[in-house]
Amino acid sequence: MKRFSIGKLTLPVYSFLAMAFMLIPIVYTIVFSFNNSKQRTNTQWQGFTLDKWLGVCNKPDVCSALGNSIFIGLVSTLIATILGTALAIGLVRYRFRARALVNLALFLPMATPEVVLGAGLAGLFFNAGVGAGMVTVVIAHVVFCLSFVVVTVKARVQTLDPVLEEAGRDLYANPTQVFWKITFPLLLPGIISAALLSFSLSFDDFIITYFNSGSVETFPKYIYVAAARGVPAEANVIASAVFIAAILIVLITQINGAVKRKRMLKK
Amino acid sequence: MAIDFKPSGADLELIDVRKDFPGFTALEDMDLHIPAGEFFALLGPSGCGKTTTLRIVAGLEEPTAGKVLIGGKDITNTKPHERPVNTVFQSYALFPHMTILENVAFGLRQRKIEDPLKKAMDALNLVELGYAAERRPQQLSGGQQQRVALARALVNRPALLLLDEPLGALDLKLRRQMQIELKAIQMEVGLTFLHVTHDQEEAMDMADTVAVMNKGHIEQMGAPEALYERPKTAFVSKFLGQSNLFVGSIVDSNKESLSIEVGGHKITVPKDRAEKQTGKIAIGVRPEKTTFHRSNPKLSSDHVVVGPGEIIDIRFTGVSNQYLIAIPNVGDVTVFAQNVGISPVIELGEQVWVSWKVEHSFGLSDLPAGNEDE
Ligand SMILES: Nc1ncnc2c1ncn2[C@@H]1O[C@H](COP(=O)(O)OP(=O)(O)OP(=O)(O)O)[C@@H](O)[C@H]1O
Ligand SMILES: [Mg+2]
Repeated sequence: MKRFSIGKLTLPVYSFLAMAFMLIPIVYTIVFSFNNSKQRTNTQWQGFTLDKWLGVCNKPDVCSALGNSIFIGLVSTLIATILGTALAIGLVRYRFRARALVNLALFLPMATPEVVLGAGLAGLFFNAGVGAGMVTVVIAHVVFCLSFVVVTVKARVQTLDPVLEEAGRDLYANPTQVFWKITFPLLLPGIISAALLSFSLSFDDFIITYFNSGSVETFPKYIYVAAARGVPAEANVIASAVFIAAILIVLITQINGAVKRKRMLKK
Repeated sequence: MAIDFKPSGADLELIDVRKDFPGFTALEDMDLHIPAGEFFALLGPSGCGKTTTLRIVAGLEEPTAGKVLIGGKDITNTKPHERPVNTVFQSYALFPHMTILENVAFGLRQRKIEDPLKKAMDALNLVELGYAAERRPQQLSGGQQQRVALARALVNRPALLLLDEPLGALDLKLRRQMQIELKAIQMEVGLTFLHVTHDQEEAMDMADTVAVMNKGHIEQMGAPEALYERPKTAFVSKFLGQSNLFVGSIVDSNKESLSIEVGGHKITVPKDRAEKQTGKIAIGVRPEKTTFHRSNPKLSSDHVVVGPGEIIDIRFTGVSNQYLIAIPNVGDVTVFAQNVGISPVIELGEQVWVSWKVEHSFGLSDLPAGNEDE
């Protein structure tokens, strides 16, 4: 006869509880995006509806906040990715005096508490006489995204054998052609993950944005303000959509990778 | 692009090339001339500057001083992509993000040559890898990658092909096979090959001319047989094959020959085989040119005889036996004897005399390490 043992049950139960703990807020958000709430508050279940999904932008603030967040995310990602990639290549390939210093400086934004970084930047902008707005948010986002881009791309540059670029030069490619035909394609996976990381950091950021955005409304800021009065169901819709989009991106890259590996093995 | 691509090879000239790295001089007084269409081997120990020489010719490294000429044109200050030169890199350096075919077509596409894919395919067929055209470099074995690297360089028909130990990673059998193929390809396409290796057998086997490098410059160059028969420095005599070297002051000199005295023996070299004809010199002889005798052979003056000495080591290497004989006041002498089974069995510890023909002696221009001073 099998002996009943609490030990055997511990792991499954614990895992279940941990998963539930992590997933409940997400499930709650998704479920309540279908709530037919009539008031501002979206805390009591009032019946199923697709209205909120179909008419997300009926509440104009939600959608313009989302648009701002996407715009800021794209612009700061673009700038941070270009600057960061150039920096990463320079830091790995060239020995110069200030190299150690630059490396350290790049780690600082990651190590500094966001409140400090946000307040510091705000002070700086104020002293420089630059009014808080779109420009300052983008600059602030580039500052903290840059470090992550450099770290991610640097890892990739370090695995890139310089002899490949020399082979390109030897095969009649000028420096520009070598960059676009050899260096860039080989760094691309690193650059893409850096850009994705950068976008999600920017999209997600509240603290630094709060200090530096002035009257520009971003999605996290909107939710924060709305939370005081009860978050509208439209916000749930967008949060759910972002969550699903993120999952989809991860799934697509995973499947794509698996298919490629299979094709390679077949040959 | 103003690259002058000829249907056949061009000659290469290095004049007084010097290369300083921070705190280290890799090349000094490097002079070299390779005639068009020749298979030239650069041979030397690790770290002597072979790769550095190739990189300077390819334009990947700038010489500190000196000139590089290809086909008589000074190209010292041109960029790598402007030189009619291609390299087969020591580590292959195939582009991992392209197929084999695209790798081979890369140079053709850069130069906007017509029909790059067809020409690339022909080059792949030449190295018998046509079937792998659509694969990626990571899916090939080391030997196959090496052949792709060769095809990628060859397809451009460069005036000069640089090969940096391209066979280094292959096992002996594939290595020999590739040596034969490489030589055949070179004869077929008529390009100038500059082949770097530290395998002396490979260099002697394949090259029209061999240059032996040591510490950043060329010690000696010439046809393989000439280099072997008449090494001019102690380094070359020991690096290419084995040598017995004797050091002493000249005691006797006539019209044809000169002699030194070593431990009571007179060792003679023909004057036209002696690089240095005054003072203290080193005379050498190849072990296979020597024989030993159980009694003093009392030979005429066209032979050198040293001994008696004691046999202290015998090695059976198959086709020949190697004997090491310790001769008092002279040193250890190595003798190779053909293993033909007619000579009487010699035992360790026996007393023997060693002799060789004077015409097989060679006189060096320098002294082996440890004898420089005095
Ligand atoms: N970038 C560099 N900086 C400093 N020293 C270097 C550099 N490149 C090469 N050297 C030195 O120059 C010398 C010659 O190097 P090189 O690579 O030409 O040798 P090699 O003859 O090709 O050796 P191997 O047979 O091992 O490939 C070596 O002592 C090496 O340490
Ligand atoms: Mg080398």
